[in-house]
Amino acid sequence: MTAIHDGETARSEQDVTEGKVYSVNGQDWDEVVSAVAESSEERLVINMGPQHPSTHGVLRLVLTLDGETVTEARTVIGYLHTGIEKNMEFRTWTQGVTFVTRMDYLSPIFNEAAYCMAVEKLLGITDRVPLRAQTIRVMMMELNRISSHLVAIATFGLELGATTPMLFGFRERELVLDLFEYITGLRMNMAYVRPGGVSVDLPAGAVDKIGEFLKIMPGRIKEMRKLLDENPAYTRRTKDVAYLDLTGCMALGITGPMLRAAGLPWDLRKSQPYSGYETYDFDVPTENSCDVYGRYLVRVAEMEESLKIIGQCLDRLSGSELKGKPVMIEDKKIGWPSQLALGPDGLGNSPDHIAHIMSSSMEALIHHFKLVTEGYRVPAGQAYVPVESPRGELGAHVVSDGGTRPYRVHFRDPSFTNLQAVPATCEGGMIADVIAAVASIDPVMGGVDR
Amino acid sequence: MSTENLPGVPEEPIARRGMFGAADSGDTSGYGGLVVRRPPKLSSAKPYGGYFDEVADALERVAGDAYAGMVERVVVDRGELTIHVARERLVEVMRHLRDDLALRFELSLGVSGVHYPEETGAELRAVYHLCSITHNRRIRVEASCPAADPHIPSTVSVYPTHDWHERETYDFFGIVFDGHPALTRIEMPDDWEGHPQRKDYPLGGIPVQYRGATIPAPDQRRSYA
Repeated sequence: MTAIHDGETARSEQDVTEGKVYSVNGQDWDEVVSAVAESSEERLVINMGPQHPSTHGVLRLVLTLDGETVTEARTVIGYLHTGIEKNMEFRTWTQGVTFVTRMDYLSPIFNEAAYCMAVEKLLGITDRVPLRAQTIRVMMMELNRISSHLVAIATFGLELGATTPMLFGFRERELVLDLFEYITGLRMNMAYVRPGGVSVDLPAGAVDKIGEFLKIMPGRIKEMRKLLDENPAYTRRTKDVAYLDLTGCMALGITGPMLRAAGLPWDLRKSQPYSGYETYDFDVPTENSCDVYGRYLVRVAEMEESLKIIGQCLDRLSGSELKGKPVMIEDKKIGWPSQLALGPDGLGNSPDHIAHIMSSSMEALIHHFKLVTEGYRVPAGQAYVPVESPRGELGAHVVSDGGTRPYRVHFRDPSFTNLQAVPATCEGGMIADVIAAVASIDPVMGGVDR
Repeated sequence: MSTENLPGVPEEPIARRGMFGAADSGDTSGYGGLVVRRPPKLSSAKPYGGYFDEVADALERVAGDAYAGMVERVVVDRGELTIHVARERLVEVMRHLRDDLALRFELSLGVSGVHYPEETGAELRAVYHLCSITHNRRIRVEASCPAADPHIPSTVSVYPTHDWHERETYDFFGIVFDGHPALTRIEMPDDWEGHPQRKDYPLGGIPVQYRGATIPAPDQRRSYA
């Protein structure tokens, strides 16, 4: 944590509009503390971030303190703004997937799914997306929910001073990322979900690997629970901290685990199902404590529910009904004509397809070329598609003017909205609880700033 | 693609320009000769179908005689209901939508902006997505303002969650939300000039603060012509 910074000097006495400025440059904490103690000033304004390890990236908090009590908490964002929404307007609809996947980088599959479902809604092909693709999407989303919640809990522990949950969390997350890499070729930012289906079918052996994961994971979650559920150091830091009740959640537009920890079983997978979620058997865990501990419990329970859903997906994918079925819409005007395959020089178009377009069909070559470079047109109009991401309602508002590129894409990212709860949950509390409060929101700045 | 989703015959086709030197078409690849058509201005007639009629009737009932002046048009498209509201009455409509027992849109999913430079007098749009948890429904509310007078009343008093969302829409589109508690930029730096998500704002071509370097706009970078 740094006191307001003015650049070079260790402790500047320069004139400011109000009060005195202390800079912290490392190894001078005692000096700063004694200088502050001498001062008669009651109010201390602390700048926390954007490069603070417990601000989940580049969040900046400006905290006004009276002693150890936070009297005012202001949140400053925008440090990771990369203009993704603007950039998408200059690329084709399919290329948009590679942009949205980089927004909330801990839950890329959800970004992709929300965007693709919005494009499908605009195209009017929602009902024609193959069932196998839908099932793979659900499975990938639930795997991603587990990996995202694991990071949330891992960083949570670390920020409260416990390194073991961090090590456990990241170790378990690695299992999920390995699965992602095996299925899509990439650990993150995989651009796997595409309008019309998914980019490539599950590779041989994927079902077995996920089956193994399902065997390992319940024990690992139990370990995490043993470590934290009843841990007095942990519960004292989290129980009754950062209280936000249902009224506050509604007013501030808070969704996701924070809302469910306030007692409302609002989960879009149940209330407004998509991708066939209504056919899966799972529960929506809730807590009534409205505090940081409740949000933790909801997240852990959600991971257990996700495992149930993944198990059901696996049964369906390996069952006779879906085995070997297409994963991309049959419409050749939308789905890319080739399947990805692993060649001697890496992942690329399948050799069969290359042979087809290079030696036997000029038309197929032209079609492939046009579809990939120019893309397809999407009828004019707008669509809003929400999905239940690990952090709450992730909505894609997509506008088309009838062209081959999006006219406007806006992501309603849950981290962005949920961060507005920082003043409501932190003001009047202790400064140490700010860390727990922000961690329980689980903001991902890539999604906040886009 | 089903044909009923395709846009109607436009009054006059417009071409997108400005990318990669492709001046005669809107196609960035330089091969398509595409003409991007203007989307038709939709307006749906009753009945809207599903719960949309109930929502529209309930709003008409609470608004009373004022309804005609409030709601400019109603669009039902792709299973979504959009209510276009006159900006002067926006706060009133939002309050009805939130508080009336038959409507009860408690949860707002924030504000999104869209810039339609061709629609003279309604170039800038603020788009609100509302969700009713009581009735499990969703609607979209749109308010427009001309680019010359970019003012829309703030709805933070009805939905406090709009605080940051309105700041974001102001930042990217320059829509001034009158009555917002602190309407400042949120994503771009405070001293940034212009509103980047507007259609007349280029992608690139902005001087960067790195040893005076500049990145040329894409249409000046290279050309396939």
